[in-house]
Amino acid sequence: MQLDGNIPSGPIQDKWDKHCFDLKLVNPANKRKYDIIVVGTGLAGGSAAATLAELGYNVKNFCIQDSPRRAHSIAAQGGINAAKNYQNDGDSIWRLFYDTVKGGDFRAREANVYRLAQISNNIIDQCVAQGVPFAREYGGQLANRSFGGAQVSRTFYARGQTGQQLLLGAYRSLCRQIGAGKVEMFPRRELLDVVLVQDQARGIVTRNLVTGEIEKYAADAVVLATGGYGNVFFLSTNAMNSNVTAAFRAYRKGAFFANPCFTQIHPTCIPVHGTYQSKLTLMSESLRNDGRVWVPKTPGDKRNPSEIPESDRDYYLERKYPSFGNLVPRDVASRNAKEQCDMGKGVGETGLAVYLDFADAIRRDGRDVIERKYGNLFEMYEKITGDNPYETPMMIYPAVHYTMGGLWVDYNLMTTVPGLFALGEANFSDHGANRLGASALMQGLADGYFIIPYTIGGYLAGNSLDKVSTDHPAFRESESKVKEMTDTLLSINGKRTVDDFHKELGHIMWEYCGMARNNEGLEKARGMIQELREEFWKNVRVPGLEKDVNQSLERAGRVADFLEFSELMIIDALNRQESCGGHFNEAYQTDENEARRDDENYSYVAAWESKGVGEEPVLHKEDLEFENVKLTQRSYK
Amino acid sequence: MTQNINLTLKVWRQNGQQDKGRFETYEVSDISTDMSFLEMLDVLNETLTLEGKEPIAFDSDCREGICGQCGSVVNGRPHGQEKKTTLCQLHMRHFKNGDTIAIEPFRARAFKVLKDLMVDRGALDKVIQSGGFISVNAGGAPDANAIPVSGEIAERAMDAAQCIGCGACVAACPNASAMLFVSANVSHLALLPQGKLEAAKRALAMVRTMDACGFGNCSNERECEAECPKGISIINIARLNREFFKAGFFSHNE
Ligand SMILES: Cc1cc2nc3c(=O)[nH]c(=O)nc-3n(C[C@H](O)[C@H](O)[C@H](O)COP(=O)(O)OP(=O)(O)OC[C@H]3O[C@@H](n4cnc5c(N)ncnc54)[C@H](O)[C@@H]3O)c2cc1C
Ligand code: SF4
Ligand code: FES
Repeated sequence: MQLDGNIPSGPIQDKWDKHCFDLKLVNPANKRKYDIIVVGTGLAGGSAAATLAELGYNVKNFCIQDSPRRAHSIAAQGGINAAKNYQNDGDSIWRLFYDTVKGGDFRAREANVYRLAQISNNIIDQCVAQGVPFAREYGGQLANRSFGGAQVSRTFYARGQTGQQLLLGAYRSLCRQIGAGKVEMFPRRELLDVVLVQDQARGIVTRNLVTGEIEKYAADAVVLATGGYGNVFFLSTNAMNSNVTAAFRAYRKGAFFANPCFTQIHPTCIPVHGTYQSKLTLMSESLRNDGRVWVPKTPGDKRNPSEIPESDRDYYLERKYPSFGNLVPRDVASRNAKEQCDMGKGVGETGLAVYLDFADAIRRDGRDVIERKYGNLFEMYEKITGDNPYETPMMIYPAVHYTMGGLWVDYNLMTTVPGLFALGEANFSDHGANRLGASALMQGLADGYFIIPYTIGGYLAGNSLDKVSTDHPAFRESESKVKEMTDTLLSINGKRTVDDFHKELGHIMWEYCGMARNNEGLEKARGMIQELREEFWKNVRVPGLEKDVNQSLERAGRVADFLEFSELMIIDALNRQESCGGHFNEAYQTDENEARRDDENYSYVAAWESKGVGEEPVLHKEDLEFENVKLTQRSYK
Repeated sequence: MTQNINLTLKVWRQNGQQDKGRFETYEVSDISTDMSFLEMLDVLNETLTLEGKEPIAFDSDCREGICGQCGSVVNGRPHGQEKKTTLCQLHMRHFKNGDTIAIEPFRARAFKVLKDLMVDRGALDKVIQSGGFISVNAGGAPDANAIPVSGEIAERAMDAAQCIGCGACVAACPNASAMLFVSANVSHLALLPQGKLEAAKRALAMVRTMDACGFGNCSNERECEAECPKGISIINIARLNREFFKAGFFSHNE
């Protein structure tokens, strides 16, 4: 099968406008005849459900949490990018486009990224109209800050809680549609299968997380906005319930999975401090606007940071990358932190941390200013560590944060399964091999408010869809498959808990498929995962009942999928014999230890097709063509 | 300094809404003071699972104090004794070796217990659905800087907008009122020029729905403010009352 991205022809600036014009329209009066399922209520799902309902479609919206307002997007801290150029500092749609393609190490689709940059400005307008309280200058204009990988100030923010405020904006729009009866909301539901009828996505099967009931829902199209799979590493900055289950089960049903090995390790997180630890906490990248990263010059220097004089400190990012300094992109910052720690210069009890120091900023701007910018982050840091970052430098270390890989989608955000769409972090589309800070919020909202409302109409108007009901054999088949899996998990009654398996998987992935990878380690990890998976199905213990609240059962299903999916990540990493962005294969680096791409052979999206459990997946390549951006070795010197 | 401590936990166990529920006692040992409260419960749950018992059901998601999914009453206080702290951000360094800790669900007429520490707070969503928004569709917004908002107003709106919808204010209130929650939403939107147009109507609709959902009245007990993990101030309740009276006034004159 030849993968077709359905990228419109013509100059890049005109592609989206032209495409919107070419897309078939659903007559306003007919929209109410269509049912659309949206899974997920994060920035992508929440905005999509609300907007589709505003247009007149009947929407059913699902989420795992007890309220749509709690989706993982709520935790985003630092900000959202847009090419408004309010600062008059030389920003433009073209520059945001260029920075994003370059930041992604030239592994994203140009046309998608350009569209994202175009739409970015509408998003800010929309959010302000909804009442999102972005930070303002005294005169009433919107304020901006800088983020990694950019030399202009284009990030809009609401203190350190930008994700919360944007999500609550989308949530309010969603609530308005729920109140109006246009969206039917199903919280505490978990998608366990996507149902296909005549090769088209026509519904889903979910488990009601309160009653344990398996439920079936039919529709004319299904939209997955189920977030990223960072929790495959067990420890990550993702929320506890983040999972790959929805995307992975769609993959099993024929949706190709693109670039699964592209994962982002965020440079500034609170370091790991114990085996009981359940998750890692991010300290927003915005802190690198004012914080300076350093380690002691001499390995093994165990003095208190306050006792280490300037002359014995190495501000290694400022030294190595004079033009971007502390604001180099995430992959570069993370690898450098690891490199310093590998040289024995790491600090703190474990030696797996570097300093992020605000002393200079506080001296320069005063404590008040720093508090206004980052107060809640400093507070959070102190709650977790017991240290006061106004007085002593923060200790930080990289942690798994975001997944650029995801379900393959075309320009319409449709997967390889007709009628099945993927939005937000769940798709692979815009960030290539590395996402720039403040770009995920932008992408989620672009997908939900401004892209899917058009493209789904094109699909619905262009296909004649017979009504299907949940009595269709495809639903029953799916339901019994799901029940069978539940029964098996509950009956094994082995000796290890679900979390115990999950932690072991996380260790394997972090060690061999984390910040740096090599072929030997990847091969080894693959074997270890296969063994662990085998043991899981013989020795896991899942207490409780099927028809009841059963959080162990929920986690068991997710871990079972992670155990399969992690192998796909390894396969993808082994296939990509180059380094790019978040995928760093030690065999491919420049003399200065930067990622060395191989554009000749790997300038493609790797989209994997499932051939079923236990079978090798098949690779499909979508070649990436760069007509507007010149491929270069990334440099942030 | 990290230490390991031993604790006695009295945990509310309740098997669904029909069950009357009861406290059960568990001893936990070697709890690192660097753990969060929920990590301590994770450790207990791992042990219970291996002993063939059913783990304690409790909600959490972000574990960063922002999603509002966690929350229980710890020693009589919603989210525990630390000021401006959600349960997931409460760390064990605030407890002493040998302490006994009672843990029970948020209780209110409008919240029913689903299992153990898990409650249904759907009524809070219902209140927002009845009017807690600005009626604007995607697509038609003017340029963001066309609506200037003074830095001062934006900050005050942001103070109110920080509510995480956890319901601790309801659990803290002797009347199980949701006034703090409702007022935070109403003030945030009423402070901003974009939200002013619908402010009175919004307040009226939300207060009516709050009553209909079974939340009690506000009699100025101020417990809500003391327990709110986000420091939402009761000044917001005064703002809500103002909008509410305006609404009452207008509806009489229609
Ligand atoms: C700590 C942190 C800080 C961040 N800060 C920033 C930032 O400053 N700027 C930025 O641009 N990006 C940031 N990001 C990234 C960004 O927040 C996410 O990529 C983005 O919010 C993802 O949105 P989403 O809508 O795709 O998915 P999510 O918000 O993850 O939502 C997923 C939804 O799907 C539902 N769901 C998932 N699986 C299932 C299932 N099986 N069945 C039913 N429902 C399901 C969930 O309930 C949820 O409603 C941050 C991320 C983290 C972790
Ligand atoms: S007002 Fe405070 S206590 Fe009440 S729901 Fe909001 S954050 Fe929770
Ligand atoms: S788990 Fe999100 S606020 Fe506690």
